[in-house]
Amino acid sequence: MGTTSVEVQEVSKRFRLYHEKYTSLKERVIHAGRVPHEDLWALRGVSFEVEEGETVGILGRNGSGKSTLLKCICGVLQPTAGQVVVRGKLAGLLELGAGFQQELSGRENIYLNGSMLGFSKRDVDRMFDDIVEFAELGQFIDNQVKFYSSGMYVRLGFAVAVNVDPDVLVIDEVLAVGDERFQRKCMERVKQFQREGRTILFVSHAPDLVRNLCSRAVVLADGEMIGVGSPGEAVRLFRERLLEAGDVLGAREAEAALDVASHEMPAVAAGSDDAIALADVAPGPSTAMAAEAPGAPFVPGAGAALDQDAAPHVRPGHSESRPVRLTEVSCLLPPGTTRRYLLPGEPLTIRVGFESSRAVDEVVYQLEIRNDVGLALFATDTEVLGLHCAIEPGPGTFEFRLGSVPLLDGAYDVNLGVQTARGMSDWREPACQFEVMNPGRATGTVAIPVEAGLVSPDALALRSEGTVAS
Amino acid sequence: MLGAKGSIATRPKITRVVSADTNVRARLQEIWRSHELLVYLVRTEIKVKYKNSVLGLIWSMVAPSMTLAVYAVVFGAFLRNGMPDFVIYLFSGILLWNFFSTGILTATGVVVNNAGLVKKVSFPREILALAAIGSAGVFFFFQSCVMVIFLAVLQWAPAWSLLYLVLVAMVPTLVLACGLGILLAAVNVYMRDTQHLVTVLVGSAWFWACPIVYTFQTVQTLLSAHGLTWLYFANPMSILVMTFQRTLYGRPTVTDTQTHGPLAVLPHWPITTYIWGDAAVLGFGLVLLYVAMVVFGRLAGNFAEEL
Repeated sequence: MGTTSVEVQEVSKRFRLYHEKYTSLKERVIHAGRVPHEDLWALRGVSFEVEEGETVGILGRNGSGKSTLLKCICGVLQPTAGQVVVRGKLAGLLELGAGFQQELSGRENIYLNGSMLGFSKRDVDRMFDDIVEFAELGQFIDNQVKFYSSGMYVRLGFAVAVNVDPDVLVIDEVLAVGDERFQRKCMERVKQFQREGRTILFVSHAPDLVRNLCSRAVVLADGEMIGVGSPGEAVRLFRERLLEAGDVLGAREAEAALDVASHEMPAVAAGSDDAIALADVAPGPSTAMAAEAPGAPFVPGAGAALDQDAAPHVRPGHSESRPVRLTEVSCLLPPGTTRRYLLPGEPLTIRVGFESSRAVDEVVYQLEIRNDVGLALFATDTEVLGLHCAIEPGPGTFEFRLGSVPLLDGAYDVNLGVQTARGMSDWREPACQFEVMNPGRATGTVAIPVEAGLVSPDALALRSEGTVAS
Repeated sequence: MLGAKGSIATRPKITRVVSADTNVRARLQEIWRSHELLVYLVRTEIKVKYKNSVLGLIWSMVAPSMTLAVYAVVFGAFLRNGMPDFVIYLFSGILLWNFFSTGILTATGVVVNNAGLVKKVSFPREILALAAIGSAGVFFFFQSCVMVIFLAVLQWAPAWSLLYLVLVAMVPTLVLACGLGILLAAVNVYMRDTQHLVTVLVGSAWFWACPIVYTFQTVQTLLSAHGLTWLYFANPMSILVMTFQRTLYGRPTVTDTQTHGPLAVLPHWPITTYIWGDAAVLGFGLVLLYVAMVVFGRLAGNFAEEL
């Protein structure tokens, strides 16, 4: 230990973006010396060192320069300034099966690819059986690669790179290949590499993976390194950056969707808006007009504040059937918090602003929390909670106070509905969003307090609590 | 299986530096380290070229034989140049020329044609150009076999004592082809015209500028009358081709089949003149190769983004 394996020294990379590319001789002559271009610095003065045996993750948004950095480390691109020093054999997995020749058999490609990664025939000979076994190709090894399924293709690519005995392995978001079992095998192999003291550098969008595998992580933003440190810290930094950019909260997408919806269906939206407005002002006489309005389009709410333009999810029918409307939903962090995210286990208050056109004596508020893939994590309503709510005409405020949110990293959607005896009166999806960041190293969705330790046989004999769960 | 190799930490490691300024020496070292890759690439190139074709490598002999037959008939039979076994003379020139021209023609397009590889895998890119020359070398070998058959069938004896000249001419040709191939491969990435330009030049002008189909003796008088002999030999391939002919055709003067008088085919230079000529070309070729390496090294850094 103690020796550096990869040294990235003040690496900068400039790309020239030509407005028009002149590649023919005529064009070159005509535009000699004054080809219009813009400079794009994909990397600016990035420096860090990777110790031997370390696993370092590189985090960053799209276009932050992650892949450019990896390419510079692999030597596919030369940095414009600065240099990268690599000690030992480096196997780069920028794209699986990149060096494969379609016309050759799997066997021939293993040797070709191996030599491209800098390994001799003897090295590859020794590893050959392992590679074939790892790739699960069996008798297909002598078939031409062009007849392989895409799964076989990437499996072979991965198998070559991880079986040819590199000192440094560089992986660019290629760990998610093949079926679940193969992925597990890849992860196991990566972990074996770690145990053997090899150096691994990898780029990933998945903070969980970085937390799980890395000893350190580097965070890039707009070509600059904004931090390097423990994976937990780096992930936090990375997601704070995302928050600043407003990406994870999905506000931008929601706004975009809203724009599209109101743009594509102006007549419909206007019609239903009118109906709502009229219904609000004068519930009685608007019946005829409201009935004329066609079905309102589905428009997701834009972030926390719901304005009058957003049409509700429910069908606009008789205004009598939907007297209560949600006006504003916000997620309130615990008082005194300056962060924009929750820590696991912290309380959260969801405040709902509503407006009713008349007095309703039985109102049910519904709450749903879903994760980024739409899985319902928690749902409840005031009926289940045994709460009886009656409301007066006019505006009002209601709160769900969650004592603790035992969730781990992620952005979560809060969906809210309000129901009367005559059906759903209003429904917002997502009504608001909140973000949880985990300073620890546990991964998953739910924060479960854990204690672990060895148990002596005596203690085991003495204990009588609990039966076996399954 | 991996544990058997000793600790990862303690085994010897090569240090590699990726930066904008790489010197020729470092690049040469890297190329040397990848010599096995060169062999694989040559093999791949040939395998891929003749995959799924029934005759396979035989095609590499059929094509030049066809050219040979055409020229032999046109110049030997129609135009009656009077040379006995003209086909041998022709073949000696074409053999060397084909190696050179096939080499640089393939090399010119090789980086562009392997864009996928260049963008994703790191290895010294010069290897691609060298592999193109290498595969031309393989075809040269097969064509040489055909040449041997020709010599045997026609019972034509080459100048046995001068056979080493084949090597003396081959080495400069190889160096020249490598230099030019590497240079053109790099330039072609930035100017795709290069490919077309090279095809036109090498395919016609340069071919006819060499004494392959005709003899040097036929143009010599004209050249010296205008004092242009130096220009003719400014084409480095001229002297190399003539060295090949001097060995394989073997006779500077033959008996004309028409007039039955003496017919001068090659200049009566002492052998050392040929050797010095070839040595001069070798010197030029080495300089060119160095320049090509420098230029390639400069341009290679941006290949991945230009392609």
